[in-house]
Amino acid sequence: MTPTLQIFLIVSAALFSIGLLAALSRRHAIFILIGIELMLAAANLNFIAFWRFAPQPHQPTGVMFAIFSIAISAAEAAVGLAMVIAVYRHYHTTNVDQLNQLKG
Amino acid sequence: MVGVITAIIFIPLLGALAVFVWPQRNCRVIALIFNAISAACAVGLWRKFDATATGLQFVERHAWMPAINAEYLVGVDGLSLLLVLLTSLIIPFAFLARPVPDGGRGFYATMLVMQFALYGTFTAQNFVLWFLFYEMSLIPAFLLIKIWGGENRDRAATKFFLYTFLGSVAMLLSFLGIYFVNGTFDFAALADLGKYGLLSGKVAWLAFAGIFIGLAVKVPLFPFHTWLPDAYQTAPTGVSMVLTGVLSKMGVYGFVRLLLPLFPNEIKIIGPWLLALAVCSIVFAPLAAWAQRDLKRMVAYLSINHLGYCMLALFALAASPAAAANIDTHAALSGVFMQIFNHGITAAALFYFVGLLEQRRGARGIGDFGGLMQQTPLLCGWMSVAMFSSLGLPGLNGVIGEFLIFKGAFAITAWFTAIAVLGLLVTAIVFVRVMQSLFSGPLAESCGAFPDLLQGEKFVVVPVILLMFAIGIAPQFMFNIFNTTVVHMARLFG
Amino acid sequence: MSLIIHYLWLIPAVPLVASLAILSLANAWRRSAAALAVAGQTAALALSAVAFLPTLQTHGFRAVQNFTWFTFGDNALRLGFVLDPLAAAMLLMISLVGLCIFVFSIGYMAEDKNFVRFFAYLSFFSGAMLGVVVANSLLLLFIFWELVGLASYLLIGLWIERPSAAAAAKKAFITTRIGDMGFFVGMLWLYNRSGTLLFYDDGKGCLESAGLAMLGASATFIALLIFFGAVGKSGQFPLHVWLPDAMEGPTPVSALIHAATMVAAGVFLVARVYPLFSLGAINGVTSSLTVVVWIGVTTALMAALIAIAQADIKRILAYSTVSQLGLMMVSLGVGGMAAGIMHLLAHGFFKALLFLGSGSVIHGCHSEQDIRKMGGLRRFMPVTFVTYAIGMMALSGVPFFFSGGWTKEEILHAVGHWPPSRAPYYLMFAGVVLTAFYMTRQIIYVFFGNSRTAAKQAHESPPVMTIPLIVLALGAILLSIVLTPAWPWLHDYLTGESVHFEIGRLIQPMLFVSLALVSAGIGIAVWMYRKAGVQDGDRPADIDPLEHAQPALFRFLANKMWIDELYARTVIAFSWIAALLSDWMDRYFWDGLVRGFGAIGQVFAMFTAGVDERGINTGVDETTVGARGLGRLMSAAHSGQIQIYLGIVAIGMLALLLLYAWLA
Repeated sequence: MTPTLQIFLIVSAALFSIGLLAALSRRHAIFILIGIELMLAAANLNFIAFWRFAPQPHQPTGVMFAIFSIAISAAEAAVGLAMVIAVYRHYHTTNVDQLNQLKG
Repeated sequence: MVGVITAIIFIPLLGALAVFVWPQRNCRVIALIFNAISAACAVGLWRKFDATATGLQFVERHAWMPAINAEYLVGVDGLSLLLVLLTSLIIPFAFLARPVPDGGRGFYATMLVMQFALYGTFTAQNFVLWFLFYEMSLIPAFLLIKIWGGENRDRAATKFFLYTFLGSVAMLLSFLGIYFVNGTFDFAALADLGKYGLLSGKVAWLAFAGIFIGLAVKVPLFPFHTWLPDAYQTAPTGVSMVLTGVLSKMGVYGFVRLLLPLFPNEIKIIGPWLLALAVCSIVFAPLAAWAQRDLKRMVAYLSINHLGYCMLALFALAASPAAAANIDTHAALSGVFMQIFNHGITAAALFYFVGLLEQRRGARGIGDFGGLMQQTPLLCGWMSVAMFSSLGLPGLNGVIGEFLIFKGAFAITAWFTAIAVLGLLVTAIVFVRVMQSLFSGPLAESCGAFPDLLQGEKFVVVPVILLMFAIGIAPQFMFNIFNTTVVHMARLFG
Repeated sequence: MSLIIHYLWLIPAVPLVASLAILSLANAWRRSAAALAVAGQTAALALSAVAFLPTLQTHGFRAVQNFTWFTFGDNALRLGFVLDPLAAAMLLMISLVGLCIFVFSIGYMAEDKNFVRFFAYLSFFSGAMLGVVVANSLLLLFIFWELVGLASYLLIGLWIERPSAAAAAKKAFITTRIGDMGFFVGMLWLYNRSGTLLFYDDGKGCLESAGLAMLGASATFIALLIFFGAVGKSGQFPLHVWLPDAMEGPTPVSALIHAATMVAAGVFLVARVYPLFSLGAINGVTSSLTVVVWIGVTTALMAALIAIAQADIKRILAYSTVSQLGLMMVSLGVGGMAAGIMHLLAHGFFKALLFLGSGSVIHGCHSEQDIRKMGGLRRFMPVTFVTYAIGMMALSGVPFFFSGGWTKEEILHAVGHWPPSRAPYYLMFAGVVLTAFYMTRQIIYVFFGNSRTAAKQAHESPPVMTIPLIVLALGAILLSIVLTPAWPWLHDYLTGESVHFEIGRLIQPMLFVSLALVSAGIGIAVWMYRKAGVQDGDRPADIDPLEHAQPALFRFLANKMWIDELYARTVIAFSWIAALLSDWMDRYFWDGLVRGFGAIGQVFAMFTAGVDERGINTGVDETTVGARGLGRLMSAAHSGQIQIYLGIVAIGMLALLLLYAWLA
């Protein structure tokens, strides 16, 4: 079975859906972060896949994008975790249902 | 002599600053010193003025706002010079009048600012500059009435301001209209264009009406005059002197400089109506003066009458059917110029004397005095001279201008002029009546302690009265100033 | 040409300068003031005499000296002085009579505190009048004319502390100024038509043929307007009212006004511009001259009638002046220009004499002026009496010895030959009778009979007052030498003809007519008043015989025909109402109009304020309220539940994808 773009996209879509489901359904902030990371990973997968199956794959544009994206998601995770810790210290909970200070 | 006009204009402004810097109690002296400097410059201008040359002299022209063709353009011809001299004469005269209670430096500084604006008005030859000065004179006048005026000053000041300001706005709009069509603000250029009609159709009439009303309020011409009795009555003596002596001349000046050259056709068409207004000024104003009990208000009404003569001659001149300038147009114009100057000094002198009486008595109703001749013969004698000058007694200055005005106007519009002669009669009645109730009869008790003319007052009165005699007996030196301008302008209007 | 014409201006200038010099003196310098005034007047007299000489040498002598007063534009306004027989004769009369009055005044005013001022004004008066005479330009004449008016104003009101004097001065000034306005308009018209105001200018003047030719039909109106000025100045009906009141001034002033100056100016003016009046005359008659005649007749008769019933010594003389001026006007109007001027000259002497005589009487009677309180003064004041009688006879027109007789005769003669009507002729007869009548009445009351209250301590005046009287009396008599028809020197001198002596013309029918009229007047008066002066000494005279006979008529005349009252109720009241109306109009109508405009502005302002308040402001307010409501609505969607947001984002994305898929 030769790897085709469709397969990658299906995997990526599955990954994204899983991440989205996690982010929407889990109540714990850390799990939501993990869900978000999964969605980012799906996006990265797409970058790589589209690059790999593009007409001119010898320039490493897709990889570059993916690397940037990974760096940003790492930073985001770090900030997110720090915020979660800060929120926990303040509210003594990480349950996002209770964090509704932004309610209009 | 380059820059001398600019010097004349700005010296009073420097004076205003100096008055503020200097200690309070000497401010009158400082003001007078600056007056003397600018007056000396004005006399120098007169000495160097070439009486035989046509057109503007001592012209200074600098770019100012090129986008709208506004230039700093000042210069004098005979008429401007005459008015500059008049201003130089009247303002110090006014400073020497009855001092304002709690006057202080503010008063003198404001007066000096007004003088600055007046000099500017009479020498500016570009509309924008002229209008700037013209309006600038309004504000000090308003303040002087409003702050240092007598009874009812708020009302009078507001009325004065609104009246003249509305007039000015109308004039400004008209001028903008003219500018958009013709693209210039230069008086001489506009006058040249005027012959062929600056504007056409209804716009011309609108522009004419705007400028006419603006100037008629300033003169003032009947029925735009009702601000004047209130303003003159309540203003301090010195301010009344300047208002009547110089400020009212801005209106006449505007008529000569602007309205007549710019709208010859319009004036010709409605000439009879304008003449009727002038005659109303001449006849109704002294009648109203007759009925006044307040001396200042009475003199104010007579001012309307005297300026009415100027208006009569100017409208007659503009309505003249004669194609070319002739002896009548020359007489009318010369008469107006003489009358401008004569009325300036005579009316100012009358206000000065009323001020002296008020200073002594603390009131100025005609009924507050009686039998003064026995107590203060000198004061009464000199004041009578001013009164006789005002009623047009030969040998004094008043009659020269009036005779020429009547001579010129009679040849052009005999009937209006014949009716206007009634004004001369009523003026005489008014003055003789006042002289009777003030000077003769038994001495009123309240006047028993009056001092006669003091030394300082004599120094003020005598030169002015002598000037009246000089002009009345040998007026040639005055005519020399403006004869060439008269010939030039008469040709322009003809 | 004579040299004097170049110095003619000095004649008015000297007294005028003297006047200014006196004005600058302190009140205490009485002697200097009098000396200056008399010196100035003497100098004027001497110059007048010098000026008189060349006019004797040639018939119709005329010299002019014109100069430019000022130039306006490129036109010159020229004035000038003229010397001709008319001017020369007037100069001589004015300066001589004036000098007598000056000298008399030194005595008369000796006690007065206004002495210095008085002499200044007197000099001024004389100078101005001399100026009127020598002016060769209607404008220059007008200038001096106005100065004469000013001088009379100052002198009539000399006693300023008296309200009546001030009122009389005011009346004189205003009444004459009414006339002057007519004069002024006439002058403008003349200037306009002829282009010059010079009388004589080498053929180009307005009184010379070229100038007159340009006038055309307007000459009548110009002449009448100028005549209106003369009516005011010479006290002709209807502007005569000021003249009787003018005696509020000191008596010498009355003498000056009534004899030598002021009133003479009007008659002189008509004589001076006579060519204007006679332009286009047919048979010596023009419409303007006809008006002059009738005005003169009316004035002469009316004033003579009023004079009959007056009790004030000066008032009688004042009305006699009005009457005599009317006579002069009649004479000018019927074409006897020379006769009118002759009467003016003769009148100058005897009227000055009469006024100064009355001054002497008043002085002697301690300022009493009521003739009913005098009487028998001939015993106390012989010189005054004799001279007064001479003046009275000259005024009445007693023929042969007195100048007035000859001139009156000449006037009657001229009136008799006036083509349009005989009426003035007969009316003038009545005038002559009346004149003789009232003068006789006056002299009976004053000098005859018993001395009554005021005459008890009467005394003769000092020589400084009697000598002028004698000089004037001599003048009144001696002048007749040049007036007789046998040797009508003055007449021919004025008209520029050469004179012949012919004794046969001395006695003419008119002499007898005149004699009869005067005798009738004197006779009736003597008969009527035969008892008036001989009542008991301490009381004023009883009821006037005339009043006894005709009380209503007498009251009518004594009250000056109620003309003053008529004017007060009509013209003056009307002008005053006009003044009040003008003031009212100004305060309420015009100012009201302005305030009305202001009110319209205010209403507009209120309207815009309303629009602002209710419209624009509310709109803005409502918009904010709406925006806030919307915000509240929107904020409901913000639950703060981050997963719901995320879900919405996901659904939104899904929707977009589906939309994309569907569209593609």
